[in-house]
Amino acid sequence: MALDRLFRRRRTRGQAREVPELWVRCAACEAQVYRKDLEQALWVCPECGYHHRISAERWVALLADEGSFEPTTGRVRPADPLGFVDTEPYPERLRRYQEKTGRPDAIHGGRATVGGVPTVLLVMDYAFAGGSMGSVVGEEITRGAELAAEENRALVIVAASGGARMQEGALSLMQMAKTTMALDRLFAKRLPYVSILTDPTTGGVTASFATLADVIFAEPGALVGFAGPRVIKQTIRQDLPEGFQRAEFLQKHGLIDAVVDRRQLKEQLVQTLSLLYPGEGHGA
Amino acid sequence: MALEFERPILELEARIQELERTASEQGLDFSEEIELLKAKLDRLQREIFGNLTAWQRVQLARAPGRPTTLDVIEALFEEFAELRGDRAFADDAAIVGGVARFHGEEVVVVGHQKGRNTRENIARNFGMPHPEGYRKAMRLMDLADKTGRPFIAFVDTPGAYPGVSAEERGQAWVIARSIQRMSRLKVPAVVVILGEGGSGGALAIGVGNRVLIMENAWYSVISPESCAAILWRDAKEAERAAEALKLTARDLLRLGVVDRVVPGPKGGAHRNPEAACRELDRALVETLEDLKGLSPEAIWEDRYRRFRRLGVFEEV
Repeated sequence: MALDRLFRRRRTRGQAREVPELWVRCAACEAQVYRKDLEQALWVCPECGYHHRISAERWVALLADEGSFEPTTGRVRPADPLGFVDTEPYPERLRRYQEKTGRPDAIHGGRATVGGVPTVLLVMDYAFAGGSMGSVVGEEITRGAELAAEENRALVIVAASGGARMQEGALSLMQMAKTTMALDRLFAKRLPYVSILTDPTTGGVTASFATLADVIFAEPGALVGFAGPRVIKQTIRQDLPEGFQRAEFLQKHGLIDAVVDRRQLKEQLVQTLSLLYPGEGHGA
Repeated sequence: MALEFERPILELEARIQELERTASEQGLDFSEEIELLKAKLDRLQREIFGNLTAWQRVQLARAPGRPTTLDVIEALFEEFAELRGDRAFADDAAIVGGVARFHGEEVVVVGHQKGRNTRENIARNFGMPHPEGYRKAMRLMDLADKTGRPFIAFVDTPGAYPGVSAEERGQAWVIARSIQRMSRLKVPAVVVILGEGGSGGALAIGVGNRVLIMENAWYSVISPESCAAILWRDAKEAERAAEALKLTARDLLRLGVVDRVVPGPKGGAHRNPEAACRELDRALVETLEDLKGLSPEAIWEDRYRRFRRLGVFEEV
């Protein structure tokens, strides 16, 4: 009798667990959305248009042609050059992020074709230490640009980052120069570089490779800037204007080419790349 | 205005001065006492300045009286013609630059400019540039390339200005462009970190073939105060953050971020700017000499290689 009750309760709980998996609450408008609908809409809320953050793997699936992706990142692992300890030692912090994301640092990418255009596709992973750029992210971006130049591929970077990583000190700062310089390897071969800015992209990433693209797209509502809104508010001691540093604001101020809805992004990216990529018949 | 940790030194100096005055006024011989106190002063100076913490160095880097870009230009260059404006929006007083003569040779020079007092600091926005400041710097980089003259940049900023106006005009975009423009220079570029090297706002004019740093200057991805506010949620932990960030001249030399430390006078550059400038003059002459004779392509390649190898990681 007691056993029977236990089983029954378990069953009930099991069913109850399934309900929130079927339905998802939008992080912006709090509408209950059918999970399948949200997936179909590429995690854009069908009610309010809010662009939910998606994993680096999903970005690759979204942009790369099916079956074309071949990872090149992941062979470079972070070290602790400063012996940095804040509330916990940096190596422990890294281990936690590595376990959580299954990758050595905040970047994922490799070779792919995008609408047939040979491409190096790199995606920053905000889930790993806020997508911060230390030596590894800097090196992977640099190698990605070098690989693109070497193999005549376009470069596409999906940015999401709180900026340069504090725990690697000035070495993180130097990655801004290193990545910027690597982009010049693309010039010699006239290879296009498209940057996709997602929420949020700030600090050293915005102030280096992410804004040096030939074409810059941003997701609707994405916060992009040099200083974060909190720092600016502290400096000027005033409330910030409505929509400040959001993608739409950036477009108005002439800083990006277009705010692109995620559901149209692949199409727009393919068109841009095919118009910019040198030569003919590259899709073959 | 004295820094907390240099107070014992200043007090002792004042006592010696007073004793010397009394001696001369009253015709008494205090030479033995004065000698003893001077020996003590020397010991004290060595003790304090031989064991400076990172945070104390940060304070020295900010100390009023430390040579600013215009002070250095005045002390080191025979001639200087200041050029102003970004040709687009405004003249940013937080960055100065122009053409100059250094030991007979024409150069193009640019640098962050802090004020030497509060009034000046307000006019100079405490050395925190807006986008137009970096556009002025880029314009001067164009000029260096056109005229084939070495480019010298003096870094001394808490950081690029974090404000609404700066963001609206694309602060991040302009810093990125400035890094890119500087990396493309076909003439020798020498950078000197004079005082504060605050993050991207410093690096924007920091892409040199050689990067020198003055003793007790700092250069970091973030200021100790901001780092403390984020990691410890308390700006008062800046002392710990300064230590953790490894932002001192010696640390940066070990990491390969800078190539040479310019030694400073005992007691800090703010107490003896002339001596600091003399040391810098020598270092700058030697550094420019090193880069002489390299072709434009070789200069560019040298700079590319210098930055390409920066970073510490493990290869799997």
